[in-house]
Amino acid sequence: MIRIILENISLWAVPALLVGIPLIGMIRGVKVYDTFIEGAKEGFQVAVRIIPFLVGILVAIGMFRGSGAMDMLTRALQPLMSATGFPAELFPLAILRTLSGSGSLALTTDLIKRFGADSVLGRTAATMYGSSETLFYVLAVYYGAVGVKRTRHTIPAALVGDVVAAAVAVAVCAWLF
Amino acid sequence: MLNYIWFALMAIAVVVAAFNGTAAGVTKGAVDSAKTAVEIAIGLVGIMTLWLGIMRVAEKAGLITMLGWLLRPISRLVFPEIPPDHPAIGAMILNVAANMLGLNNAATPMGIKAMEELQSLNEEKETASNSMVTFLMLNTSGIQFIPVTIIGVLSAAGSKNPTAIISTTIIATVSGAIAAVIAAKILQRFFPYRSAK
Repeated sequence: MIRIILENISLWAVPALLVGIPLIGMIRGVKVYDTFIEGAKEGFQVAVRIIPFLVGILVAIGMFRGSGAMDMLTRALQPLMSATGFPAELFPLAILRTLSGSGSLALTTDLIKRFGADSVLGRTAATMYGSSETLFYVLAVYYGAVGVKRTRHTIPAALVGDVVAAAVAVAVCAWLF
Repeated sequence: MLNYIWFALMAIAVVVAAFNGTAAGVTKGAVDSAKTAVEIAIGLVGIMTLWLGIMRVAEKAGLITMLGWLLRPISRLVFPEIPPDHPAIGAMILNVAANMLGLNNAATPMGIKAMEELQSLNEEKETASNSMVTFLMLNTSGIQFIPVTIIGVLSAAGSKNPTAIISTTIIATVSGAIAAVIAAKILQRFFPYRSAK
C-alpha cells in the first residue's frame, strides 16, 4: 500500500513540478517563460564547469582499479573484516561503493546473480548499493560546480556515514531475511 | 586532503602496475575514465538547463523561501549558520526531497543550485563551509525511499519479491545519513575554515 503510493509519487513528481511551479509563478505574476530562460542560461556553464573536477577524480580512481590495486586492498583488509563478522563476500562492494558508481553497480549485479536474487547475501548487496551514494562522484560534481577545492572534513565524515550504512545494511538484512 | 588522496590513488596504481604487470590496465583506466567523466558532464547539460530554469521560476514565485520557512525547525538544527529565510534552505530541501523520491535527474541540478546559494554565504570561496559539508553528507549518504535502479536489477535477476529491500534500504540509508551529519558536526572543529596564509 505504502509502496504503491510511493511509486505513484515518483511517477508523477516530475510532471507535477514542471506544471505546478510555473502555475504558481503565473498566479504570483511572474513572467514564467522569461524567468525560465534566465535561469536556464546557466545550465551549460555549470555542466562544463564540473568537467575538470570530474575528470581528475574519475581518472585517479580508474587508474587505481585498472592496476589491480583495488583487489589487493580488499584482500589485505579481508582478515580484519572477517574478525568483525562482516560477510567477506560483500566487503569489496563496501569499498567500491564509495569510489565508483558504475563499478559498484556492476559488482552488485554480479553478486546478486552469484548468490541468487532472493538470497540473504544478494539482498544485503542490493541494500548496500541502495543505501549509499558514490562519495567521490558527489564530491566532484557539487564542489566542482562552485569551485571549492579545500574539502576539509567532507571525506572523513562521509566515510563514517558509509561505514555505518554498510554495517546497518548487513545487520538489518541478517535479522529480517 | 584531496591533494594527497588524488596523488596517492595514481601513485599506488603505478607502483602496483609495476609489480603486477598491469600497466596497460592503468592506461585503459585513465583514458576510459576521462571519457566517461566528460560524457557524464555533457549528459547533465539538458536536465541542468531544464531544472535551473524551473528553479528560477520557483525562486521568483517565492516558493523556495516558503519551503525553507515550512521546515524551519529542522533546518535551524542542521544548518545553524544559514539565515532561516535564505533561499539556500529551500534549494537544499528540494534536493533532498528529489533524492528521496529517486528522481536523480532532478536532484543533481537542485543540489548544485543549493551549492551556489551556500557559496554566496561562503567567505572563503575555495574552502568548503560547515554548511556545505553537512549538505554533502545528506547527498553522499544517498537518502532514498525507492532504490529504483537496484530493484530493476533484482527483478531482472529473477527475484520473486524485488521490493523486499525497500525497508532495509531506508533503515540503512537513514542511519548512514544521521551518522554522517553527526560526524560532520563533530569533525568541523578539527578542520579549520580559515586558510592559513
